[in-house]
Amino acid sequence: MPIPPARIVVEDLHKTYRIATRAATSPRPWPFARRAWRTIEALRGVSFVIEPGTITGLIGPNGAGKSTAIKILSGILRPSAGHVSVGGLVPWADRIRHVGRIGVVFGQRSQLWWDLPVEGGFALLRDIYRVPPDRYRARRDRLVDTLGLRDILDQPVRQLSLGQRMRAELAAALLHAPPLLILDEPTIGLDAPSKLAVRAFVQELNRTEGTTVLLTTHDMHDIEALAGRVIVIGHGRVLADSPFETLRATTLSGRRLTAEFDGPAPPLLLPDGVTPLSQGGQVLELGFDPARIAAADLIRALASAADMHGVVLSDVSITRPSIEEVISRFYERHGAAG
Amino acid sequence: MSGLSLWLRYARASLAGQVRYPGAFALQMAGHFATTLLAFAGIWILFRRFGSLHGWTVGQVALFYGLVNIEFAIAEMAGRGFEIFGDAFLRTGEFDRILLRPRWTVLQVLGHQFRLRPLARLAQGAAILALGLAATPVRPALFTAPMLAWAVGGGVAFFLGVLIGQAALSFRTLESLEIVNVLTYGGVEAGQYPFDLYAGWFRVLMTWIAPLGAVTYYPVLAILDHPGVPPPAIAPLAPGLGYLFLGAMLLYWQSAVRRHASSGS
Amino acid sequence: MTPADLTAYLSAFRARWQVTLQYRAAALAGVVTQIWWGAINLMVYAAFYGGTSAAPLTLPQTISYVWIMQGTLALMPWGCDPDIADAVRSGAVAHDLLRPVDPWWWWFCRAAARILGRLLPRAVLMAGFAGVLLPLAGLDRWALHLPPRVADAALFGVSIVLGLLLSACITVLLNVATVRTLSPLGANAVITPLSLILSGNMLPLALFPAAVQHLLLLQPFAGLGDLPCRFWLGTLHGPWAAAALAQQVAWIVALTWGGRLALRRTLCQLEVQGG
Repeated sequence: MPIPPARIVVEDLHKTYRIATRAATSPRPWPFARRAWRTIEALRGVSFVIEPGTITGLIGPNGAGKSTAIKILSGILRPSAGHVSVGGLVPWADRIRHVGRIGVVFGQRSQLWWDLPVEGGFALLRDIYRVPPDRYRARRDRLVDTLGLRDILDQPVRQLSLGQRMRAELAAALLHAPPLLILDEPTIGLDAPSKLAVRAFVQELNRTEGTTVLLTTHDMHDIEALAGRVIVIGHGRVLADSPFETLRATTLSGRRLTAEFDGPAPPLLLPDGVTPLSQGGQVLELGFDPARIAAADLIRALASAADMHGVVLSDVSITRPSIEEVISRFYERHGAAG
Repeated sequence: MSGLSLWLRYARASLAGQVRYPGAFALQMAGHFATTLLAFAGIWILFRRFGSLHGWTVGQVALFYGLVNIEFAIAEMAGRGFEIFGDAFLRTGEFDRILLRPRWTVLQVLGHQFRLRPLARLAQGAAILALGLAATPVRPALFTAPMLAWAVGGGVAFFLGVLIGQAALSFRTLESLEIVNVLTYGGVEAGQYPFDLYAGWFRVLMTWIAPLGAVTYYPVLAILDHPGVPPPAIAPLAPGLGYLFLGAMLLYWQSAVRRHASSGS
Repeated sequence: MTPADLTAYLSAFRARWQVTLQYRAAALAGVVTQIWWGAINLMVYAAFYGGTSAAPLTLPQTISYVWIMQGTLALMPWGCDPDIADAVRSGAVAHDLLRPVDPWWWWFCRAAARILGRLLPRAVLMAGFAGVLLPLAGLDRWALHLPPRVADAALFGVSIVLGLLLSACITVLLNVATVRTLSPLGANAVITPLSLILSGNMLPLALFPAAVQHLLLLQPFAGLGDLPCRFWLGTLHGPWAAAALAQQVAWIVALTWGGRLALRRTLCQLEVQGG
């Protein structure tokens, strides 16, 4: 039975929570004593469409409504208003059918059984998801090979390193070949090689199987490496929805140029679109807007200024602002910071 | 794969963790068995001192005692996930994981743990029941055996229903849920004795609201062919109330889960 | 023991006492459970007594006995200190044992404070229910009745305090057993049923067969419930009263000595293992 591709349509999603203002853990004199309530609007009209076979990053500062959106999309939570369809199903209304077609990985939480060997956990998941035995074997062997799990299959999960565990979690979420994979902070706490391995695997999966991937993360390098498109959520609204490069260009388009001389840096009449950032001894740092001045023209101006003062421009590097800078600038601009 | 065979899978997985040190485990079980057996010794001591209880013999009381202990032990083995639901699933957020899997929530929580410790209670309950059957004239085995099976089923359903109800309550509050102990451990204590020695309000409460008597007292009346209210002809139907109670608690559970999905966490 | 040490133990006691007292809802739920349990027991005893009064205790005495036992249930050594069990599980127990205080006293103070914090609210609520509410509701037959003389009440108080110390001593032993076996499960599984039966909680010790009476009165758990109850009922006088108190004191001394010895040995073992 072919599973329809996972086109996600989210329309005007609202979610209001009612929470007890007094901490639920503080002792109360009476078990059912009245509590004071406060409402929180976690989502106030979120809409987007995700096409099958794409990788989309869902980002936003803590408390912006990301995890509420993820919970609704995965069928755990029912929204207060709005409409969602994932591959034609309404997640919360048709929970069992819906969750059978998605795979979810929480970076902070394990779905494997602590005391069971990895293999035993996989077998239990096969039964939970009703994967036919022959299809399961083929699928498991492929995942074990691509994720390099062969050596840890008979180890109890509690003995795995975090990196090994995360690879096992990915395999566990994909045993039933879901057309949609939801990753919630999949690289949190991982070392650099493990992060790279997770990213490479997700990319490969998307390319070869056409799996739709929805990803939330605080590691912007995940976004840069994987997501063609980012949806930024803040204060329960969609603040931006565009390819990452567009977000970068509209937020922080500037470049940073660092010039080094073999003597004291020469004074320079700054061309249009260039701002001095710092100057110290033989090093000069400038910011410039490539839309107003081409890098070649700026370097030429630097070189001739050096010539005039009898020094040599010995080294030049041009960098783009880091992705963290772009995002925090974006959050600041929308007053959405953490 | 059907629900039952999936549950068996879960159970097998859960056993792997519990019997990691078989020697120590066996020792613990033996100690447990011996100490729980002392509870019946207490009843036996009272019989020695007072002779009889409201006209009941010690062999007859052994039937009540054995039956209720078997029922509770089985429910406790299977229903452990519900018993610790608040701490194991709600506090930790593990319930989200349950909702992320394409199976009935009840089946998954039942599968959380198949607990071996109540085997000790089960063994002593079975032993006492066997002694009671040997010491007391009952109706022919052709009636008694199926009647006992039907009663045990109803009793397991009743106690499971209590545990499921407790878990459903924990969506509302995680405090003071030990009050449910009056129906679990308190239920076992009450079910060990014939109901006719209890006050009227207690009998009504524990038969019609929480149908403990329907799965302990009335089925034993039936196999003893003991004249009473209701007459032995109707008594065999009583354990059905246990199944009804489980059904009601399952409905309550379903509505609590639905409410949880709307209110969020 | 220097005064500075004493301050440390007192603050351990005070902290634990405050933490335990906070669980008011739990205490209320516990009392409701105990009332229910007591009610079942009373109906069973009443049925057993039927018409006869050929028992060592009269029915009204047994009823008072049941209520006192339910009200002082927190006196039972329910098992190892849960914080210590957690510390053993996580391996942090070494910190506890390396504090610059005597670990036996430290644990003893914690245990005594926890028992007292659990006991006091439950006992007061239970006394209010069984001693005041029931008679007011016209159920005097089922109520807890006062001790016959003031002296009995005073002796009961002394005996309860001794019982509390005894229970704390047993708890420290359980802590030691937990550190030794690295799990609280074994010790807890044995101690709970043992103390419920041997303290008279399950069945008044006086109703046990005559042949074992002396043995029952000599074992330590009698001091956790049965002996205090006998004081309350006014059945212990003169030399018997002195003997009963001496029995409790003797067991406290013995368990303190044994507990300190076991703890010292366990500490040596820990040092050898480098744990």
